[in-house]
Amino acid sequence: MSDRAPLGMDDGRTGGVGVRTAEAPPSPIAPVPEVPERQRRRVWNRRRGHGRPNVLAGVLATVWLALVAVPLYFLVAASFRTRSEYLSDNPLAPPPNPTLENYATVLTGDFPTYLLNTVVVTVATVAIVVGLTLPAGYAVARNAGRVVQRGFSLMLVGLAIPAQAAIIPVYLMITQLHLYDTLLAVILPTAAFAMPVALLVMTNSLRDIPRELYEAQTLDGAGPFQALRHLVLPLAKPAITTVAVFTSLTAWNGFLFPLVLTQSVETRVLTLGLWDYQGQFGTDVPALLAAVTLSVVPIFVLYLVGRRYLLSGLTAGAGK
Amino acid sequence: MAVTRQDRPSGWYLAPAITFFGAFAVLPMVLVVYLSFTSWNGFGFPALSGAENWTRLIEDGRAWDSLWLTLLFMVLTWLVQTPIAMLIGVWAAGRQRNRAVLSSFFFLPLLLSTAAIALLWAAVLDPNFGATQALPFLGGVNFLGDTELVVYTVVWVISWQYIPFHTLLYQAAARQVPQSLYEAATLDGAGRYRQFFTITLPLLKYTVITSTVLMLVGSVTTFDTILILTGGGPGTATRILPLHMYITGFSGFEFGYASAIAVLLLLLGAGLSLAVTSATGFRKMQSQQEGM
Repeated sequence: MSDRAPLGMDDGRTGGVGVRTAEAPPSPIAPVPEVPERQRRRVWNRRRGHGRPNVLAGVLATVWLALVAVPLYFLVAASFRTRSEYLSDNPLAPPPNPTLENYATVLTGDFPTYLLNTVVVTVATVAIVVGLTLPAGYAVARNAGRVVQRGFSLMLVGLAIPAQAAIIPVYLMITQLHLYDTLLAVILPTAAFAMPVALLVMTNSLRDIPRELYEAQTLDGAGPFQALRHLVLPLAKPAITTVAVFTSLTAWNGFLFPLVLTQSVETRVLTLGLWDYQGQFGTDVPALLAAVTLSVVPIFVLYLVGRRYLLSGLTAGAGK
Repeated sequence: MAVTRQDRPSGWYLAPAITFFGAFAVLPMVLVVYLSFTSWNGFGFPALSGAENWTRLIEDGRAWDSLWLTLLFMVLTWLVQTPIAMLIGVWAAGRQRNRAVLSSFFFLPLLLSTAAIALLWAAVLDPNFGATQALPFLGGVNFLGDTELVVYTVVWVISWQYIPFHTLLYQAAARQVPQSLYEAATLDGAGRYRQFFTITLPLLKYTVITSTVLMLVGSVTTFDTILILTGGGPGTATRILPLHMYITGFSGFEFGYASAIAVLLLLLGAGLSLAVTSATGFRKMQSQQEGM
């Protein structure tokens, strides 16, 4: 079991089935006692996890590994090269004289501003999405009334709406609200478009809370708000984490809304900043790649610290 | 004691979320249809212009080229991603000794933003100084400058970005296949490939559907990768529909006409996901997700 843990996709409820039910059902064609030795060994081997190696998948996995590793190695290696080394060296050789010069260039420029803007946008978007979808999910899970369920269906239709199709009217609305070139302009539509997935995850999780717990709260004289605070909030923590991670990644990686709704350096977020570097640094590719590397660091830290949460947040997007 | 209506949360608990979503997602959908019947240069107010944008759209060869290119992207990215994601996902769901270490590398592209990935690949594929120049056979190939090759290059970069995500979906689903099925099949003498086609593949059906919907809708809306990587070029070789809309609106300042393209995009995206999900059952797709 332990070798499954690092990916953390399932929580043991589902994936362990195969291990527990290792007993093969008797087959009508080949009754168990008559199984030839070779086949029985194969079953035994499979149970122990050492089946015949799957050559095709193994080769494919190795090729894929190279296709992932080589570009990332190139990225990091190039960010430690000087500009002239980048232009003259073999791009796949390790940097002969690793330098931090590129990182210094990036960090003394506007990078900290971009990073701060992205953090502000991310935190605010998560706060709005979690703050609104938690009570909403509670209502959908506990109120079977027609109005609430119609509202829920409306939000689910939102899963099929591409944000690109909305960008022109959103631009019109933001300029009319005099919010153009502010961080709020990015936060509002980003939060709105993250909401359907968040509500779906939240509702599915809150539906799993046993009715008896709600009824016990009611017997204790608690109204819906007290139930939300003392029962739903603690029990919804895993769902809140998933929604928060999913929404953070959406906001962190957001490109279209900042591109159309902001303009100046003061409101530029990280993704746009990286793109801007491409023009600004011109041929100074090592500095650009240092900025790209730096932009990955926060998510990489999250990956190391809470891989399980990160992956659950990522696949929450499968509700789309 | 029965729970009375007052003890349940009222519709007001849903109201803020609905209002917010309505204001910044539903209202724009209504507005974009209205805007597609106006002429607007981005300043002042849109002026009604009848069906002018729509007749123009029907006659616009470039828009049709973009639509065709979008559909081509859709098919190609599906063809590249699905087999790779499925095979690696099924493989990674197994219990090989080296699997845990390898898997942690597989998913690294998930950590990079789209902008970072596009800039990374622009550097990797650079015809003068990129990593491909150090590799046999690939030196001197201009992946982003060749009008024929660039489509496949972009399909590859998009696949590189999203294969890990779909691998995760397949891995989670493959882990739910009861091991006893394989054991029974082994006893019956079925080989690995037969087991894959008679057990694994049928049981992954709903994951294939989920993953396909995400890929199709995803490729309709692919925007940032192409904008950064090629800007739609060289020429208009990679100008897919969302990019055509963006350029028409925000570079050409023809927001009315761009809105008509946006409506087409909306119909395409919503139509695709509704078609696939209603053909296969949305409820089933939802219940499939709960296992993840």
